Amino acid sequence: MTRIKGAVVIQTEQCKGCGLCVEACASNVLTMSVNVNSKGYVYSTSLNPELCIGCASCAVVCPDSCISVYRQSVKEERD
Amino acid sequence: MDVREIICEQNKVYSKSKILTDTTLHYCPGCSHGVVHKLIAEVIEELGIQQRTIGVTPVGCGVFAYNYFDIDMVEAAHGRACAVATGINRLAPERVVFTYQGDGDLSAIGTGETIHACNRGESIVVFYINNAIYGMTGGQMAPTTLCGMKTATTPDGRDPKLHGYPYKITEMLAQLEGVCYVTRQTVASAVYIRKAKRAIRRAFENALAGRGLSFVEIVATCNSGWKMSPVAANKWLVENMLPFYPLGDIKSVGE
Ligand SMILES: Cc1ncc(C[n+]2csc(CCOP(=O)(O)OP(=O)(O)O)c2C)c(N)n1
Ligand code: SF4
Ligand code: SF4
Repeated sequence: MTRIKGAVVIQTEQCKGCGLCVEACASNVLTMSVNVNSKGYVYSTSLNPELCIGCASCAVVCPDSCISVYRQSVKEERD
Repeated sequence: MDVREIICEQNKVYSKSKILTDTTLHYCPGCSHGVVHKLIAEVIEELGIQQRTIGVTPVGCGVFAYNYFDIDMVEAAHGRACAVATGINRLAPERVVFTYQGDGDLSAIGTGETIHACNRGESIVVFYINNAIYGMTGGQMAPTTLCGMKTATTPDGRDPKLHGYPYKITEMLAQLEGVCYVTRQTVASAVYIRKAKRAIRRAFENALAGRGLSFVEIVATCNSGWKMSPVAANKWLVENMLPFYPLGDIKSVGE
């Protein structure tokens, strides 16, 4: 079976912790960090990276353009 | 498979526009201004008009926009961006000229300049970022503030008997002959943002074709001024701003 797999790369030092990406992700991939970055903001981070489908909604809503999105079709063996 | 294997250039589907500089935006976390900036940048990049485009920035939170776009930009006096853009466009008609203005800038102090540039049909794009408030100066009432909406200067909510009614300059400008495209969009979710980008692209295409003035209102949040979280502000916008400021194309001619 072919599945779409996605991945996000978050510039955590640029992130201001607004949380809009967490809200935008329907796949529950993202969450806000417990720690803060050097600006003192909590930042967006992948909690469930394997659930990402690469839809880019998180990146589209990010006002600070902190998120890059990657997507690939992968063949998977069903068990 | 490890998701990290997916991360390579050929699989990239979204990343920061090259038209945006590396300067960190000074905007509050979650502010709509950042989203609108990147849509404008993406469209400039996709149309390949970086060298031809000149932006005119406002007074208001958008005042430092010239630090964020890797294009030529001019800072206008408060409300006068449409007049400055007129001058640029007339002297350099081969350039693509846009203004970027808040609701206080465009529809309060700059009302006259805006109306006359629209009426003259200058071949420019006007972006009108309506967050219903004066964000930069501390969240005072703007002409666009909704009835009942609390601001720093209307702590009990805007009362039309005392403060007058909010007005929709976008609908008023659509009456003017020189204006070829008038639309109202928002950036409150990914779906709205994708639609807004299509409208922004169309506006720039009109300027390239010399069709007249394109006016793009973006219904925006000012979560700091509204005293809400960014997520709550987007929700509030959809529930309260959109019934009064309905989305969609208001005028579209000459295609
Ligand atoms: C001539 C003049 N009058 C008043 C001001 C104060 N002032 C600065 S920004 C602003 C309004 C900004 O509101 P808006 O255009 O809605 O932009 P926002 O900050 O909400 O993005 C005002 C009244 C000024 N700088 N210059
Ligand atoms: S790309 Fe889509 S699925 Fe992946 S984290 Fe972003 S919003 Fe979630
Ligand atoms: S004050 Fe309002 S408009 Fe200005 S940057 Fe902050 S959230 Fe944005």
